[in-house]
Amino acid sequence: MENIIRLQPPLKDEQIKVLKTGDQVLISGTIYTGRDAAHKRLVDLLDKGEKLPIPLDGQVIYFVGPAPAKPGNAIGSAGPTTSYRMDPYSPRLLAEGLKGMIGKGGRSPEVKAAIKKYHGIYFAAVGGAGALLAQRIKKAEIVAYEDLGPEAIRRLEVEDFPVVVVNDIYGNDLYEQGVAAYRRN
Amino acid sequence: MREVNVEQITRTVAGLCMEANYFLGDDMLAALEKAVAAEESPTGRTILEQLQENATIAATDRVPICQDTGLAVIFLELGQDLHIIGGDLETAINEGVRQGYEEGYLRKSSCHPFTRKNIGDNTPAIVPCRIVPGEQLKITIAPKGGRSENMSKVVMLKPADGIAGIKKQVVEWVEQAGGNPCPPTIIGVGIGGTFERAALLAKESLLREVGNRNPDPELDQLEKELLEEINNLGIGPQGLGGRVTSFAVHVKMLPCHIASLPLAINIQCHAARHKEAVL
Repeated sequence: MENIIRLQPPLKDEQIKVLKTGDQVLISGTIYTGRDAAHKRLVDLLDKGEKLPIPLDGQVIYFVGPAPAKPGNAIGSAGPTTSYRMDPYSPRLLAEGLKGMIGKGGRSPEVKAAIKKYHGIYFAAVGGAGALLAQRIKKAEIVAYEDLGPEAIRRLEVEDFPVVVVNDIYGNDLYEQGVAAYRRN
Repeated sequence: MREVNVEQITRTVAGLCMEANYFLGDDMLAALEKAVAAEESPTGRTILEQLQENATIAATDRVPICQDTGLAVIFLELGQDLHIIGGDLETAINEGVRQGYEEGYLRKSSCHPFTRKNIGDNTPAIVPCRIVPGEQLKITIAPKGGRSENMSKVVMLKPADGIAGIKKQVVEWVEQAGGNPCPPTIIGVGIGGTFERAALLAKESLLREVGNRNPDPELDQLEKELLEEINNLGIGPQGLGGRVTSFAVHVKMLPCHIASLPLAINIQCHAARHKEAVL
């Protein structure tokens, strides 16, 4: 088993610098959820110069629209959704201080460039491991946009939330490099 | 003539919706076990182990394997000597979906195509139905997630394209889909029939248990060759690189028009859920 890195947001540049594509990471502490509808609203607020409902500085956003919670559970199954829908918005949020994003699937060249420029990091969580990931979420509270239902912004308290580094600040991309490493012609 | 009340159909469908979403089949658990042994990528192995743990948690806590609990695709085999009483079949099926998704804390994913407004109860179900001999009703539910369904297509090949053309299309399509359909996947392939029949063949092929071989030796061989080529692409678990891109390729075939060669590819993510009941 490789080394596992433990992180707790807010993340600082020094913590981001040591992360490399393929690193296994366990996140504990506070993260926020958001899908495309919530991202759009955040960027609209920034455009108008208004205050955001969540802090961005050093924070991590998890792209997820969970299933309804059973009584007694913090959250329903909560695996990542596909990240490309957030691509139009992520560079702006990174420029405003956001550090980490958790989703699944490749990102646009613009997002990758913003990750390098603003020292961000993109993690993948395992798509379809919704029950496992939900178990690592100890608390979930809606903090904005309740009208969006599963897409509302939630503040999550997570413990040992498992992710892998996909895009680091050095321009590496696990979706490209991983596939190239195991391809046989 | 044997009779079945729609109420029994509704409750059966509701139960199947929950069961399918909580309990991954034994065939898939065995496929995951085999994949962990075969996978060379450390990241890939970690992902596969997480999927095993995920299946255990989902079954123990009775929570969905994946938050995308899908549109409810429900295959019916309706015995021609069975009489349905107390209401109509389609309403009964949809009521079952409504109840199952509500009671089971399953995510409702059906929405208006333009406004994207959620319908609120995950209806209507998709209900392909075959009339068969006998006096029973077989109900098979296969909840289908959005992302893997998006990575599917029908193409009308030229007859001259033949088997080589089919293989090229399938492998190129899986490569293009990459990590999007949540690999490791099962690749459903429908060949022949008409435009819409090919698509249905591809979807039906996904109901076959992983590990069961195709009874047609020619198609069995085609499946083997396709699987090898697909796993050589290196896409791996979640598209992050590895040796296990697909657990299986399933092919179903029917005769087609002398001028046509329809081909459908329906990709199934690793949350390959299906449960059946016979009334």
